[in-house]
Amino acid sequence: MDNSIPLLTVLGVLPLIFSLIAFAVRGRAGKHVAFVGSLVTMVFGIWIFFAAASNDFSEMVPWIKAIGAWYALSLDGMGRAMVLLSVILVPIVLIAEWTLDSKQTDGHLEPRWGSNVFGALALMVEGFGLFVFMASDVLLFYIFFEATLIPMFFLITGWGGAKRGKAAMKFLLYSLAGGLIMLFAVIGVYAVTAGAGQPSFLIDDFAAIAMSETVQKMLFVGFFIAFAVKAPMVPVHTWLPDTAEQAVPGATALLVGILDKIGTFGMIRICLGMLPGASLWATPLVVVLAVISIIYGAVLAITSTDLLRLVSYTSVSHFGFMVLGIFAFTTSSITGSIFYMLAHGFSSAALFLAVGFLQNRRGSVAIADFGGVREFAPLLAGVFLVSGLATLGLPGTANFAGEFVIMTGAWPRQTAAVAVAVFATVLAAVYVLWAYQRVFTGQPSDEVKKSITSDLDGREKLVIGPLIALLLVFGFFPQPMINVVEQTAVTTMNVVGMTDPLPGSMGGK
Amino acid sequence: MLQEFLPAAPVLLVLLGGTIAIIFEGAVPRLVRPTVQAAWTLLVLLGAFCWTLYGWTVYQPQLTAMNALTLDGPAQLAWMLLLFFAALGALLFAERRVGGGESPFAPNASAVPSSQVEREAIAARQEQTEVFPLLLFSVAGMMVFVAANDLLVMFVALEILSFPLYVLSGMARRRRLLSQEASLKYFLLGGLSSAIFLYGIALVFGYAGSFYFRDIDLAIQANAQSPWLLLCGLGMVAIGVLFKIGAVPFHNWVPDVYQGAPTPVTAFMAICTKLAATMGLLRLLYVALGSLRWDWQPMLAVVAVLTMLVGSLVGLVQTDVKRLLAYSSVAHAGFILVGVIGAVTTVNGLADDRVGSVSAILIYLAAYGLATMGAFAIVTLVRRSGAEATSYASWAGLGRRDPMLGVLMTIFLLSMAGIPLTGGFVGKLAVFAAAWNGGYSWLVLIAVVASLITAGFYFRIVWVMFGQTPNSETALVSPGVGTQIVIWVGVIGTILLGVLPGPLLDIAINSAGFIR
Repeated sequence: MDNSIPLLTVLGVLPLIFSLIAFAVRGRAGKHVAFVGSLVTMVFGIWIFFAAASNDFSEMVPWIKAIGAWYALSLDGMGRAMVLLSVILVPIVLIAEWTLDSKQTDGHLEPRWGSNVFGALALMVEGFGLFVFMASDVLLFYIFFEATLIPMFFLITGWGGAKRGKAAMKFLLYSLAGGLIMLFAVIGVYAVTAGAGQPSFLIDDFAAIAMSETVQKMLFVGFFIAFAVKAPMVPVHTWLPDTAEQAVPGATALLVGILDKIGTFGMIRICLGMLPGASLWATPLVVVLAVISIIYGAVLAITSTDLLRLVSYTSVSHFGFMVLGIFAFTTSSITGSIFYMLAHGFSSAALFLAVGFLQNRRGSVAIADFGGVREFAPLLAGVFLVSGLATLGLPGTANFAGEFVIMTGAWPRQTAAVAVAVFATVLAAVYVLWAYQRVFTGQPSDEVKKSITSDLDGREKLVIGPLIALLLVFGFFPQPMINVVEQTAVTTMNVVGMTDPLPGSMGGK
Repeated sequence: MLQEFLPAAPVLLVLLGGTIAIIFEGAVPRLVRPTVQAAWTLLVLLGAFCWTLYGWTVYQPQLTAMNALTLDGPAQLAWMLLLFFAALGALLFAERRVGGGESPFAPNASAVPSSQVEREAIAARQEQTEVFPLLLFSVAGMMVFVAANDLLVMFVALEILSFPLYVLSGMARRRRLLSQEASLKYFLLGGLSSAIFLYGIALVFGYAGSFYFRDIDLAIQANAQSPWLLLCGLGMVAIGVLFKIGAVPFHNWVPDVYQGAPTPVTAFMAICTKLAATMGLLRLLYVALGSLRWDWQPMLAVVAVLTMLVGSLVGLVQTDVKRLLAYSSVAHAGFILVGVIGAVTTVNGLADDRVGSVSAILIYLAAYGLATMGAFAIVTLVRRSGAEATSYASWAGLGRRDPMLGVLMTIFLLSMAGIPLTGGFVGKLAVFAAAWNGGYSWLVLIAVVASLITAGFYFRIVWVMFGQTPNSETALVSPGVGTQIVIWVGVIGTILLGVLPGPLLDIAINSAGFIR
């Protein structure tokens, strides 16, 4: 299609423009502007999602000619899924944190930030995030990858628990450490392409160049560390629980739901797509780390005494599944990973926001402070249970489809790893159901009776309803979305040069 | 004869302007003198800038002023940057509104602090308007330094640029003892480094038999080995310049002088001195000593590693914004040296349209200058009972009280930290890429680690500004026009350079060739 209007640019810039307007319009009006902005972006993003199936929206303009940097955007199946996730999640988060400006938080500071700031920052995260998912130039990818950190830093700094300053710093330094190591690799990309004749940061140009194995491995390590920090993998995951504990759940939902996906997204797009040889070389170690993440995250989730920490450890475990799927190198395991990225975005957001509802009522998220909540807020209990069951991968939810496809796909190549990882599904049942039992059942204490006086109100239903609906829709009808993301998996498999193992019935091992 | 000097006219213009400004001291009535001096200084700098711009489009690269100066691309670009930043500095010099109608300089610099003489000077509203001619002379010295074609001219220029700075550093209106201590320290250490520089020149002359860069280069190429005489000379000359850049282990003056000097002087010094010294070092190393690359690269690499690590690690424990900016300046000196070490130029095989060391460093300096200038301009706005308050405690909650100012400062800090979409990132990218292409990928790795450490303290300030309860004793004064111009030029320049660096990068690439 011949586009005179660069639609992908519009999609990325739209939230940024609304963000600037929301910054400028002080007070409650700014909050409304931000929300309208997120809705407009959502409608446009969903349209792009469908339209991109039959149209090529790619844009390519020379940006910094001297170093071969391109302003190049394109959207493949994985990108489309991530765009869909981002544009849907942001308005939901904005509704969930609608009353943030009137909320009492620990150690809050005068003068407070205006009601408009949260929405403006969230839109900024969204805009930068969308550019990351659309970039097909490594430098452009890197730039927006780093840029997302700044609004996120302020989202954590602005609201939440008393120790959020430390948490924000930890988040930032971990991410920057990964980012700067990635900068090293990005400069390496320049050096390699410049050495081959024509400097270029385009992913496609780079993939076509033959280079020494050492260089490839070096670059792989640089990129992978950055993505491992982002997608929190053990042992560089510790920033996530600390951040989640202190930040408001809405901010965490954006962080885990959208930004952390950049980690696994980058592994597929850049590690596998640009450095296939080195990816194969690193597979044994990565798979071991992934399995450790799966089990360790699940165990720590069980032992958590704080609901927000619990949910963030479940994410560590689930990101382990995604990484395992990516580095199992079969079409279906990679497809499953991408699908799981989408599902996990919705399920983790639902769980974080449900915990947020509890926090708003009780003023605490320590599991010991609860008990018997079901009596006073049956709907909230139900919502928590459904989100939790989705998280543990109950059949019929989107997460089940993702996890199942990953494990069946990975089985032929990584039999041992999958065999160990399967135990995590049992552990998942423990952490979700045990948490449910301690929080919602049993004898309510006096404090619980005093503080939990209301069930979900209309606004809260509006937040959680769509998320649960999406989880169920993608759970019962995963095929259309799987078709979308499979395209990326097939391309990636071609780049890596691997073929799917034959099933046993056809002579495979 | 006159024709011979015409291309060097911007330098002469600045010198002449400074001389006329001294005449103004006697000829213009006291009350209007500050205004006249400030306007004249800006006019001179602007005129010199335009002339340089004109010359840049007209003249072929050539030797000028009877072979004393080199008028090539890097020299002209450095001139333009120097004049541009000096003009911004002059705006800060002239700012009176933030000081409640008082200039940032002592009313009578020769009076003993808190003596009767000083009280009388304050009461009489005296002012030392000599700061403007001093600025002009210093700029002239810097311009000669970056364009010098022989070692002797370089030495003279080094002295011309230094002496006015020694004087200016001691002229703060508030905390005068600290300021005078800074001045003395700067003078003594500066004198020592000048002596070492001069000794190095003597050794190099002893080896090459000439002061001209070209002759030195030819002499080195004629001899297969490099004797100790030459290597010692190289080392000592380098020390002299590295002192001005503020590289470890010659950085000890930086924190004290940056903190003690009046903030406008600190801003001017932090950028223009570093710019001049770096470009002088480049010419020295690439043109005169280019054949000795294999000797000076490892030596400088050690200095660069030390500079980056000391600057970033010591910066972590600072609790004063001005001192922190000093250590940040040390760390930046290290990043600049990383680019110098790469030594990728068209002479050794760089294609014409690619980023090499010279163009990368020019971009880096431009980005660093814009951010630093803006940051120091904001430092002048945060005050407690009239004097600048620079401790972290007094900066607490600044961004909550005045979000706009907080955001502007954050943008400058982000640029210094090298976060994308700011000029600082493009500068770092270019410099690191040049180093990698020059075969120093391990140095890039260390530089990346150091960048992370520096990010730690830049974001600490961001956190202090936005994450802490506002300090009620600190006052935020509203900036005058001059300071506002500096801040906004800084912000717009930083973002423009970060988002669309292409045009400036192309200019830098096209003018990156040294001639000899």
